Amino acid sequence: MGTAVTLVDDAPPDTRQTRSATPAAKKRRGRRENLAGYLFMSPWIAGFLLLTAGPMVASLYFAFTDYNLFNSPKWIGFDNFTRMFDDPRWQKSVEVTAKYVVIGTPLKLLLALGVAMLLAQSRRGQALYRAAFYAPSLIGASVSIGFVWRTLFSDGAVVDRTQSLFGSHVGGWVGDPDWILYSLVALTVWQFGAPMVIFLAGLKQVPRELYEAAAMDGAGPFRRFWNITLPMISPVLFFNVLLETIHSFQIFGSAYVVSNSQCGPADATLVYTCYLYQQGFKNAQMGFASAMAWMLLLAVALVTAVLFWSQKKWVHYEEDAR
Amino acid sequence: MSHSMGRPMSVTTATKSPGLGRRRTGSLVWHVGALAVLAVVLYPVVWVIGASFKPSKDVINSLQLFPGHPILANFKGLAKGIADISIWTFFQNSLFYALGSVVGILISCSLTAYAFARIRFAGRNLLFSLMIGTLLLPYHVLLIPQYVMFQKLQLVNTYVPLLIGKYLATEAFFVFLMVQFMRNLPKELDEAARLDGCGHLRIYWSIVLPLCRPALITSAIFTFINAWNDFMGPLIYLNEPGKYTVSLGLMMFRDSDGVAANYGGMIAMSLVALLPVLLFFLAFQRYLIDGMATSGLKG
Repeated sequence: MGTAVTLVDDAPPDTRQTRSATPAAKKRRGRRENLAGYLFMSPWIAGFLLLTAGPMVASLYFAFTDYNLFNSPKWIGFDNFTRMFDDPRWQKSVEVTAKYVVIGTPLKLLLALGVAMLLAQSRRGQALYRAAFYAPSLIGASVSIGFVWRTLFSDGAVVDRTQSLFGSHVGGWVGDPDWILYSLVALTVWQFGAPMVIFLAGLKQVPRELYEAAAMDGAGPFRRFWNITLPMISPVLFFNVLLETIHSFQIFGSAYVVSNSQCGPADATLVYTCYLYQQGFKNAQMGFASAMAWMLLLAVALVTAVLFWSQKKWVHYEEDAR
Repeated sequence: MSHSMGRPMSVTTATKSPGLGRRRTGSLVWHVGALAVLAVVLYPVVWVIGASFKPSKDVINSLQLFPGHPILANFKGLAKGIADISIWTFFQNSLFYALGSVVGILISCSLTAYAFARIRFAGRNLLFSLMIGTLLLPYHVLLIPQYVMFQKLQLVNTYVPLLIGKYLATEAFFVFLMVQFMRNLPKELDEAARLDGCGHLRIYWSIVLPLCRPALITSAIFTFINAWNDFMGPLIYLNEPGKYTVSLGLMMFRDSDGVAANYGGMIAMSLVALLPVLLFFLAFQRYLIDGMATSGLKG
């Protein structure tokens, strides 16, 4: 993960210790440190084994079985996967999720970057705007906001009427299979504050002199953005793209609540996890749902891998920036 | 927003040529842009406040942000509870879940973070990478087998499945946040304490934890808000209305009979459910925003 996960601090070894300690004492001390380390880590290690690693293995096993929670799992090989690929509702859920991710995430990040650059000009009131723009990120996932969203996008409510002013009458996005997904897109874009805060912190670290030097050389605003801002904030951009993409693959609550627990109409908001939930917890198809979960994991892993692979080409960490 | 994208740093040009008039128009454009975004962003929040004082028939169709004749009937109706369960029950349950989560996260994540940041033990880099890996892992892969496990242990319809992960530091984000903070504390503190004969537990408790207050506060507030908003966890694990959190209570309200007639009540309840989060935000927004900002920067 590049510089992201280097933990080793290359601080010079404790001088006091190296001067006085015999090799045996040093070894003893090392062992004590190991013991202390693992004792402090023990909650995490227990959690990792019991709640992460163990369930992952179990889920991989279930994916190849027919399992309804009450009978014991029956091995059926790749049947869940072949059934899944032939299932029109599964295909629909992939399509809906892909659309949501591909439209929602770039819009959200563009808005976040745009507003961050607006605020980075540090005029008066910046802190206030920043706080207000951040608030939706904290409440956006709640059931309350789900209800609010459904109401605002209903037939005859404010969005519908505003749209009608421009001569396009839909009659409420939430009732229309062609439109309801865009109300979810709007909901995620509304929460642009979280990536915006991260962009803003990144923009603040770009040295002013760079812009001054570039302006002296006659670079216009667009050139300055392209050649200075973008490379300098590329690690932050990478972080935001990665997290937001992975997140939006996993949307569940908003889709469930805004669509009146139906993930519809006509499966229009049948996001991947919604279908997984229906299969696993409504139809007790634990095997099929596990297979679905592993496909989601593979998709997320693939996207992550592509992003990490591509970062060599466009992400500049401080060490190799000039 | 397009003007801001095209002119990222017009402030530098403004300071170089301080024509007062130009500066003032620039500032005006800036404020108009920022206010326009602000209006759209805050609209739903302001709307829900106004709508909870409207009669049910006006909630959807009236474009007035605040009603001409505000009524309290929606809130009074809430006192009757939902399906014979007092609203207060849902709040108590949510409060229990949220505070229980906060305690768990503060203990387990700070212990883990201390080990990563301040103890040099064999294999810690590997474990750290694993921990970061879980940050990217979709929760849904764990959903089914965890449910099966808790079902076999007869812990479904209790709060154990919802809380246990918090006591076992499975929320890697907070471990990461605390590690970043602890790594920046001066090493000399540990060394001085060690010369005085302090062990790791003493150093953790009396030196590192007090100095980590900002990171702990940030983690506590995020944890509280996440638990308060959590929907999927309670939806899957709780199935008895008396144990429902506010999120599930709201869903039950919506699915109950006669909600069409009591739309105002539903919106009022939504507002009440949002209030704790909004108040937390108003009180602690600095901690939250700084926490967010550092997580991305050092990531």
